Amino acid sequence: MEKAYFDYAATTPTHPEVVTAMLPYFEEKFGNPSSIHGFGRETKAAIQDARLKVADLLGADQAEIVFTGSGTESDNFALEGVAFSREKEGRHIISTPIEHHAILETLKFLEKRGFKVTYLPVDQYGMVNPEDIKKYVNDETILVSVMHANNEIGTIEPLAEISKVIRELNINRENRIYLHTDAVQTVGQIPVNVNELGVDLLSLSAHKFYGPKGVGALYIRKGTKLVSFMHGGEQERGRRASTENVPGIVGLGKACEIAKKELPVWTTELTRLRDKLKNGLFAKISDIELNGHPTLRLPKNLDVSIQYVEGESMLLSLDMEGIAVSTGSACSSGSLEPSHVMLAIGKTHEQAHGSIRFSLGRLTTEKEIDYVLEVFPPIVERLRKMSPLYKGVK
Amino acid sequence: MPQYSEKVMEHFRNPHNVGEIENPDGVGHVGNPVCGDIMEMYIKVKDNVIVDAKFKTFGCGAAIATSSMMTDLVKGKTIEEALQISNRAVVEALDGLPAIKLHCSVLAEDALKGAINDYLKKTTGKGLPNWKPHED
Repeated sequence: MEKAYFDYAATTPTHPEVVTAMLPYFEEKFGNPSSIHGFGRETKAAIQDARLKVADLLGADQAEIVFTGSGTESDNFALEGVAFSREKEGRHIISTPIEHHAILETLKFLEKRGFKVTYLPVDQYGMVNPEDIKKYVNDETILVSVMHANNEIGTIEPLAEISKVIRELNINRENRIYLHTDAVQTVGQIPVNVNELGVDLLSLSAHKFYGPKGVGALYIRKGTKLVSFMHGGEQERGRRASTENVPGIVGLGKACEIAKKELPVWTTELTRLRDKLKNGLFAKISDIELNGHPTLRLPKNLDVSIQYVEGESMLLSLDMEGIAVSTGSACSSGSLEPSHVMLAIGKTHEQAHGSIRFSLGRLTTEKEIDYVLEVFPPIVERLRKMSPLYKGVK
Repeated sequence: MPQYSEKVMEHFRNPHNVGEIENPDGVGHVGNPVCGDIMEMYIKVKDNVIVDAKFKTFGCGAAIATSSMMTDLVKGKTIEEALQISNRAVVEALDGLPAIKLHCSVLAEDALKGAINDYLKKTTGKGLPNWKPHED
């Protein structure tokens, strides 16, 4: 059976050069970076080298990078770290309803502890209006957290404009508002520069761009106040105690180095293949619509709603043909509620249940696109014949 | 993403009794788009025996498999026998369902009872006593 992986937004295969870079740090170079002896100095230097590579990709200073265990940890660290270090200055946070659960659940946790959260409205593409921040900000506001790009529908948020609004607001404030972004879907995939975006905090994850799983980073702009996430050691300048995941951190550094070099090629090629897939599906399947912004979207992302059929049954049918995708339907999430993102952008339950996400990556081929275009339309046709909603629709 | 039994996948891959019956003796229509599953079940009855059953379903793998299994199970049964088929019987016949998908089997039971209710109303003027579909 042919196999075609279209779930790069979930995770990516580790780049072979990343694996090669990591390997010596399991058996040969195993020292604890906190040790003063040669074994320790060797791995400490490797971590420092990786830190420079991450900083270089983001346009940051190396001292502003803290390694973590994942994108989720970075999000928890950023939100809780700011909230608990600044709760005397204010207890109000602004975010969006389409954030990843790593943000939404952390906000819920903070709300239970007395913080107030305002969720900015989003339009039909999931886009926030930066001007809205002026409407919802108050004297208590300490943090705005808006994702860089949405993992489901691919829409890229206007972060530079958001930071401009916040900078203007900060001129007349004693308690500066920080800007955090969850950039797990963008770092290593589109250009991300912390100064162009004007963010104070930024979360990233290695395995979304050909690095290993179990390692992420949080960018913390110099002077940003936040409490440590883990206690028990001086690692990461005391901000995140734990013996470092040396192979993982080395892998993340290598992934950043590769991304910096390959990004322009990946972007062009993925956009071309994605558009081919989109045009092909729209030509062959009726009653199909794009979710997310038509142009301001991740090059790898194609998210569509297909009427009269349910997402999980499409996913399972594609899986039987060796094609891996994802869906926003409730039926695959382990809950009975469909995707919060689809509902937030005003889609009906039917549209949410009928959503399918194709996400492409550097190993996606023309042949795989052709295979989907050959196999998927008959699957939709078959499921529609079974669907009571399709009756009378021609 | 729940793991389905081989039996569920078999029925999802090749569902039995898909379609509508022309001039059915009873039709059950249950579910709604909010929960993500809609089932329609059609039955043909001769001398109190269900001689044919068909379905149309919008829903996940479990919803399609339970519809398929339910239509298999009721064929050849008398109305009284068919009313004894619970959602549990469907789940067992499918070698189990993930806990989060059990509501699909309840929906299949409701679809069948809906069809029988419709049949009884048409033939006797009275439906099933106290029958109404489960809340989602």
